[in-house]
Amino acid sequence: MSMYFTKEHEWVKVAGNIGTVGISDHAAHELGDITFVELPKIGTVVKQFAILGSIESVKAASDIFAPLSGKVVKVNDALELAPEAVNESAEDAGWMAEIEIADGSELKDLMTQAQYDDYLKTL
Amino acid sequence: MQLIYELSVPGRRGIKLPASDVPSAAVLPEELLRREQAGLAEVSELDLVRHFTNLSRRNFSVDTNFYPLGSCTMKYNAKVLENAAALFAPFHPMTALLPGGADFCQGTLGMLYDLGQLLADITGMDEVTTQPLAGAQGEMTGIMLIAAYHASRGNKAKKKYVVVPDSSHGTNPASAAIVGYEIITVPTAPYGDMDLELFKKAMSDEVAAVMMTCPNTLGLFNPHIKEISDIAHSHDALMYYDGANLNAIMGKVKPGDVGFDVIHVNLHKTFGTPHGGGGPGSGPVGVKKALIPFLPQPRIVMDDDGKLLLETANKGSIGRTANFFGNFGVMAKAYAYIIMLGREGLIQVSEQAVLNANYIKEKLKPYYDLPYDMTCMHECVFSASKQLEHGVHAIDIAKFLIDKGYHPPTVYFPMIVKEAIMIEPTETESKATMDAFIAVMIEAAQAAISNPRALHDAPLTMPISRLDETKAAREQNVCCSG
Amino acid sequence: MSDSHYCPHTPEEIAAMLAAIGVAGIEELFSPIPAELRAKSFNLPAGMSEFETYARMQAIAADNTQGMTNFIGGGFYDHIIPSVVDHLSGRSEFYTAYTPYQPECSQGTLQALFEYQTAICRLTGLDVSNASLYDGGTACAEAAMMALRVTGRNKIVVDGCVSPFSRQVLKTYLFNLDVEVIEIAPQKGQLDRGALASLLDDSVAAVLLQNPNFFGTVEDFTTLADQVHDAGALLIGSVYPIALGILKSPGEVGIDIAVGDGQSLGNPLSFGGPSFGFIAAKKTLIRNMPGRIVGETVDRNGTRGYVLTLQAREQHIKRHKATSNICSNQGLCALRGLIFLSSVGKEGLADLARLNRDKAEYAKAQLTSIPGVAVLQSAATFNEFTLYLSKNAAAVVGLLLDKGIAAGVPLGEYYEGAENCLVVTVTEKRTRKEIDLFARELEVALCN
Repeated sequence: MSMYFTKEHEWVKVAGNIGTVGISDHAAHELGDITFVELPKIGTVVKQFAILGSIESVKAASDIFAPLSGKVVKVNDALELAPEAVNESAEDAGWMAEIEIADGSELKDLMTQAQYDDYLKTL
Repeated sequence: MQLIYELSVPGRRGIKLPASDVPSAAVLPEELLRREQAGLAEVSELDLVRHFTNLSRRNFSVDTNFYPLGSCTMKYNAKVLENAAALFAPFHPMTALLPGGADFCQGTLGMLYDLGQLLADITGMDEVTTQPLAGAQGEMTGIMLIAAYHASRGNKAKKKYVVVPDSSHGTNPASAAIVGYEIITVPTAPYGDMDLELFKKAMSDEVAAVMMTCPNTLGLFNPHIKEISDIAHSHDALMYYDGANLNAIMGKVKPGDVGFDVIHVNLHKTFGTPHGGGGPGSGPVGVKKALIPFLPQPRIVMDDDGKLLLETANKGSIGRTANFFGNFGVMAKAYAYIIMLGREGLIQVSEQAVLNANYIKEKLKPYYDLPYDMTCMHECVFSASKQLEHGVHAIDIAKFLIDKGYHPPTVYFPMIVKEAIMIEPTETESKATMDAFIAVMIEAAQAAISNPRALHDAPLTMPISRLDETKAAREQNVCCSG
Repeated sequence: MSDSHYCPHTPEEIAAMLAAIGVAGIEELFSPIPAELRAKSFNLPAGMSEFETYARMQAIAADNTQGMTNFIGGGFYDHIIPSVVDHLSGRSEFYTAYTPYQPECSQGTLQALFEYQTAICRLTGLDVSNASLYDGGTACAEAAMMALRVTGRNKIVVDGCVSPFSRQVLKTYLFNLDVEVIEIAPQKGQLDRGALASLLDDSVAAVLLQNPNFFGTVEDFTTLADQVHDAGALLIGSVYPIALGILKSPGEVGIDIAVGDGQSLGNPLSFGGPSFGFIAAKKTLIRNMPGRIVGETVDRNGTRGYVLTLQAREQHIKRHKATSNICSNQGLCALRGLIFLSSVGKEGLADLARLNRDKAEYAKAQLTSIPGVAVLQSAATFNEFTLYLSKNAAAVVGLLLDKGIAAGVPLGEYYEGAENCLVVTVTEKRTRKEIDLFARELEVALCN
């Protein structure tokens, strides 16, 4: 399953019309110990790059942006009690939401893993 | 140390109440009564005194330690101010609000009126309301006054934005957002001030206000301030002055003269009233004439005979920002401070605050990166970027200072400076104190190279070492159970 | 040479510092300020010594009428303050410190605030408290804004029996927002429950009540809490902390957010401030609380300690998305509150509350025995009650002020048709003698 990234360090894995969304290992590391993840409500309809949720560490707070437009169909409730999962496994167990993709062509506005790795080098 | 609740013994009393000289009333109906008494402490007076005395000894404070916390103006708090404020303890604020009650409160109302006049002169404004309870509430009040002004001109729907530089205090965008505005943030240019070209692009007729701190949080006075206010005014946007850094400029420049329309003043910073471990503050707001009709009520006005009255029936007013007249006790201290120092004294305050900051800046420049290397006002901002090369962060330097008996400067603010160390010595510190502090800062810079571990381990001399803030945020244990 | 004796430098030291900086004089340091912007006038009076300053302040205080006997409340109350409160809060290690950003050298303030939060939680019967807000009025406004965020709704229903000052602060906070504030007209000094029921729908974010209310009435809102929750709204209760010595706690009532003014807890009247506002809530609401919160944790050796926590909600991190703009709170006044509550203690607060009520009931009996005086409310009261006079209450108050008695708060200015109503407050400090004198003077005033 291929992963795509945003400049704001979200990732999305696409399987059929469902995209699983989270933040990258890089972003999780930059934030430090994560203390809270504000997840979207199921059924929320988001536009690409609009705010999907937010994430807090001890000394920072950032928004999570939707990599793709669509409807939130599932959220990772486990993060409410164990936000540290994002630090431990940002690109797997630390996923945040599943989105029913509205427009697959939006993937062209995202980076591939290789492109994202190059992007990180420029920061 | 134990908590006061852990010292409790059931049935023990800390105070004897006055005896009753009236009959006992019939007991209230059961549905109105609490089932069990609130679990307050049950300690003797001596236990109580020892507990809080020992707690107080676990604090650094201005009276015990140099406290160069940037942006907070931790100057010495003259003791006579405490005595002065205590004189007003018995006066009930409600007295003044009774019909004809102002006649019985001419002293206190007069002091508030006079304080407003003095602050108006210092800031170059036409009238000051003393009602706002702290700096951030002053900001909110000021932005509300601006909103009321625009609404009165039929522009409520049109005016949507408040512009702030990215170096601003967090309270500025937070206060504007509370009043309902969207925020436009303008980046800082390499010359240390809001980028003028980007500012021009950000401006439109939809901007309600521009909020500035001048000198800004880098301690730099913006030489383009008049141009910025002219541009703002050309879009019918008003200029808001965050008075947090007023200590730098008293008698030197008046915000009202350079185009600002609204200002708040932090009495607990510039005017020498103590910070109280986080408050109370007081945030009087000064305005230009055009905004006077919107000031909070009750507004203290003087009649032709010099008698103070309360104006309460102005329909145009934004209303009320506090239940009574603001933090009167804090204002009594600030008023005493201003009349005690007087004209020359306040000028000297600003001059020596600026002198002290520049002295520390020059002395530490060889050891710490100074991202904006120019004459500063009352504070200077370094970066620990050189030390970071050795794995030492600003926070490590802060903790090292604690072991040496210094309250650390502000770290990680302003956010636009990586690993920021923001030093504000204030005018009340002696050269000897600053020299000793400078020596310790140099020692920290050297230790960052030779022995970074010493910095990472600090502090070692306090009752506790570094605390697990992640655990605190995840577990949210904010109340003692049991 | 020093004009300000708080600036310690000698001329030699100034010269040495200027040389180190590399400038010729202090004025050169102000060169970044363009000449044309420099102040053209600065007309403050000349300074003076601390002795002259104190004498001036004494003269100002003397311009107020001294020794008024207070039967007024309206949110600020004339209560006893144990000597320990001044002495301990007057330790300058407390009052000359700032917000405890560096926990290792601020454990005194931090632990005290944790103990304060605990006292507020126990008093209100709720789970979480912050480290204080500005005052009772702004605490009502902050609680309402919390409810707006939590529910995503845009209507606040307010009982007209809530303090008119707090209601005005609330409206001021909300005036430029797309929020509707609906007030329910009081019914004989009590909440009109029918009117409230008809207003509850899915647009209401919160209902704000006060207990005891501005008229002094004490009500039981327990069943009402269910009604409010059924509509998906939050119940906010503004409470009087001394009364909580005996009255049902907000937690027992089912209130979601309790607020109030902490002046009564060891803070002098001081012409209206500083006092502090308190706010406590159910645990689920903690992330939407405004202001500083202290949390318990451990250090590297496992030793218990305290830190400011959940700071990512606050303005210095979240800027325009913060839960509130509050930065400085009323820390020292909250410390006074904690010392007061710890001195009075568990049993003592209940005794103090009963003493207040005993005095008020005595006064009520004395005053209502005067011809032309009746009590407005039939419901229970605590240490305040509303009299219905045969004459205009404002005029009566004016007559009694001249006798050195602040007889109460006339309601004509705050409620339509309430010109003859007077809210009388009787705290533990009022003696039987003072109450009897008040009754005699009131009788005289009504006869004239």
